[in-house]
Amino acid sequence: MADFRQLFQYILSGLSNGAIYALIGFGFAVIYNATGIINFAQGEFVMLGGMLTVFFLTVLQMPLAPAILLAIAVSTAAGVTFERLAIRPLRNAEPLRLIIITIGASIFIRGVAMLLWGKDTHALPAFSGQEPLAVAGATILPQHLWIFGVTILIILASRLFFNHTIMGKAMRACSYNPQAAGLVGISVKNMVMLSFMVSAAIGSLAGIIIAPLTMTSYDVGIMLGLKGFCAVIIGGMSSGLGTVMGGLLLGLLESLGAGFISASYKDAIAFIILLLILFIRPEGLFARKESERF
Amino acid sequence: MLRLDAITKNFGGLTALDQVSFAVADGSITGVIGPNGAGKTTLFNIVTGLYTLSSGRVFLGEKNISFCRTEELAGLGLVRTFQNIELFGRMTVLENVMVGMHNGTRSGILSCALKLPGHRREEKYIREKSMEWLRFTRLEDLAHVAAENLPFGKGRLLEIARALAARPKIILMDEPAAGLNSRETLELASLISKIRESGITVVLVEHDMDLVMDICEHIVVLNLGKKLAEGKAVEIQGNPEVIAAYLGTD
Amino acid sequence: MTGRKQQMILFMLFAAGILAAPFFLKGSYLLTVMVFVGINTMLAVALNLLLGYAGQISLGHAAFFGMGAYISGIITSRFPVDPFGVMLLAAVLAGALAFVIGFPILKLKGHYLAMATLGFGIIMYIIFNETVAYTGGPSGLPGIPSLRIGVLVFDNDLRNYYLVWMFTLVVMLLAINLVQSRIGRALRAIHDSEVAARVMGVNARILKVQIFSLSAVISAVAGSLYAHVMTFIAPASFGFNFSVELLTMIVVGGLGSIYGSFLGAAILTTLPEFLRVFQDWDIIVYGLMLILMTMFMPGGLISGMEAGLRHVMAKIFKGDGGHAQA
Repeated sequence: MADFRQLFQYILSGLSNGAIYALIGFGFAVIYNATGIINFAQGEFVMLGGMLTVFFLTVLQMPLAPAILLAIAVSTAAGVTFERLAIRPLRNAEPLRLIIITIGASIFIRGVAMLLWGKDTHALPAFSGQEPLAVAGATILPQHLWIFGVTILIILASRLFFNHTIMGKAMRACSYNPQAAGLVGISVKNMVMLSFMVSAAIGSLAGIIIAPLTMTSYDVGIMLGLKGFCAVIIGGMSSGLGTVMGGLLLGLLESLGAGFISASYKDAIAFIILLLILFIRPEGLFARKESERF
Repeated sequence: MLRLDAITKNFGGLTALDQVSFAVADGSITGVIGPNGAGKTTLFNIVTGLYTLSSGRVFLGEKNISFCRTEELAGLGLVRTFQNIELFGRMTVLENVMVGMHNGTRSGILSCALKLPGHRREEKYIREKSMEWLRFTRLEDLAHVAAENLPFGKGRLLEIARALAARPKIILMDEPAAGLNSRETLELASLISKIRESGITVVLVEHDMDLVMDICEHIVVLNLGKKLAEGKAVEIQGNPEVIAAYLGTD
Repeated sequence: MTGRKQQMILFMLFAAGILAAPFFLKGSYLLTVMVFVGINTMLAVALNLLLGYAGQISLGHAAFFGMGAYISGIITSRFPVDPFGVMLLAAVLAGALAFVIGFPILKLKGHYLAMATLGFGIIMYIIFNETVAYTGGPSGLPGIPSLRIGVLVFDNDLRNYYLVWMFTLVVMLLAINLVQSRIGRALRAIHDSEVAARVMGVNARILKVQIFSLSAVISAVAGSLYAHVMTFIAPASFGFNFSVELLTMIVVGGLGSIYGSFLGAAILTTLPEFLRVFQDWDIIVYGLMLILMTMFMPGGLISGMEAGLRHVMAKIFKGDGGHAQA
């Protein structure tokens, strides 16, 4: 019985981490599908979400909900600024330069965070308290429910957005054929900016909802970003169900691996999976046909 | 020289090429024409190993090259130029042609790093030969200009010079006249004749009918992935099916 | 365009300057710093061959550096074997590993390649950190002996300076020869248009792996030297941060330039020493440098210097300051 409980805990934490990876991967996919760029700085938006919330809570003494909203807003603004200053001028440069720029930006953001907030880890208070709920003999924290809930909401919202709103369809049009999209009056530039906004917002939200469980600090962005990338690669760069599956799968494997094989190599598991996927099946495990990228 | 045997290429549900067969005679200038979307560039990509064929065979002389990797083909005597010229932009004109000679030369990493005598000799040879090819295509004055700074017409010539440096037996040119004005096209025509006179077989994909009818001895017409007609220029010009394919039927 | 002879003269001058420098730096802290400039130059050249010339991005190069350092460190600190022999072993092992993973990794392009090399680098870093029994884990590995040839022990700054720079100068010379040769052109061709290079007969697949391997070998040798010079190593020096530093060095100094590699290494190694305040700002400055350089001076500082030099030469030889020829 104890073993089952332990297994359940592993699965639970694996799934909740996985949901976060899925959200972060989602951010990668949105930008990639709109621009063809992998935004190395994606992990830093995740970091900004958590750190800014901590800052607003503790230093500015704001209540939780406004602090969260403001943190998301500031992160989104950071994303837009980044797109405007560094990405837009170089839209037609060779990929190598763009990669280096996004790497530079991610380092820069991390450096600013370190300067402003130091190297300490910080904790966000759990949204609905710490009282664990007993479910089938195992314990779930309310925060886990928040994570699952928010993730489901975001996935549904994105489904709605991309399939049933003009703007969402415009973004899809841009990803398939920017020239044609431009010809029918869609502003590709605005769509690109929108993709950065969406990615930054979702990324920072992801960072906020996981922070109460795993602490946050100036350098959480690297690992989370990479794992989110791993999730979206498994999911075949889809902005939908594929990435969710990818994230959950990754989280599970990581958690079970850490639990049953070795805890200290936990992080290595994600990267080994990443390499294996890239080597063997770079189009992802859950890739849909070209026409179903969203 | 080159023989295509029932080449078929499927992309998912789309059949880009359907049982295309024809042969290219040694030392000839052959043109492949057809309306847009007929599959001409796909055909080239298959012959040069950039796409894998779905079925059929390609023969270079006696050798079945259907599954050869692209980088092996230069060694077998087959090179191509590209529709949107693929120059090595940041290298000079001379250096571009020198890369064309990569195929005939052998110095490896060790020999080059240590500047062994074999490598030195080879370098001299590469440099001299490359200048010869520049003179052949009348680009020698631009030898040290960066390739990306060349005007378009010269860029096309450079691609041809680079391809020639590989000492091919056959050269496939993908729309070499695209983007050239009429004077440049005439110069291109005489260059292609010069190339053929030196013993190299030429296959062109082209849209410029004047050029094709002028210099091609043999013409293959593709339409919607199938071979529509094949023959001499006069025959093709008079072929009602060909005319219909280009102009559409009423 | 500089001819072969001019290149040789330039290198001789550079080498002479390097070899003579200690007489001017006698005993000062700068001498110690220059030892590390030497090691970083080796690493920068190795990365530049792969990234600047062949255009293959690698964000995990610190891993090979660390491999060299740990193999040398672990074996020589426990067994009385010839350290140069171990250095050779480390180089061969690093090269072999690079060769094996090179084939699958270099099939990837652009972002995927960047992420894959990043992942590889982090996996190695985790191994360095976790195999405590061998590497000493996060607290590091002490007691690495100095290198020696016969009775000559390399245990002070001056001797280490010449030791390291002899290696670095040799690597630079080999690299300069390589990039000016047929192989160098093939690499640059792969960078500019891999498809056209292949059509011309360049076996891009194998050449990329060979350069990756060579790059790993050089990095491992640098790691080995580092271990013996420092006599103490820790995983923190071989992680993602250092890979990024290397990237910044070649972007700032000059992608696709051997002397640019030196320039970048020199700047980024010496700057922190002079600006103590810099310590907390280093990450921000690296990020800014990467962004600004890539946006405004993609050829690195060396390209700016070369342009300036050409301008000066033109003025000198034209006299009237007229336009220089290409």
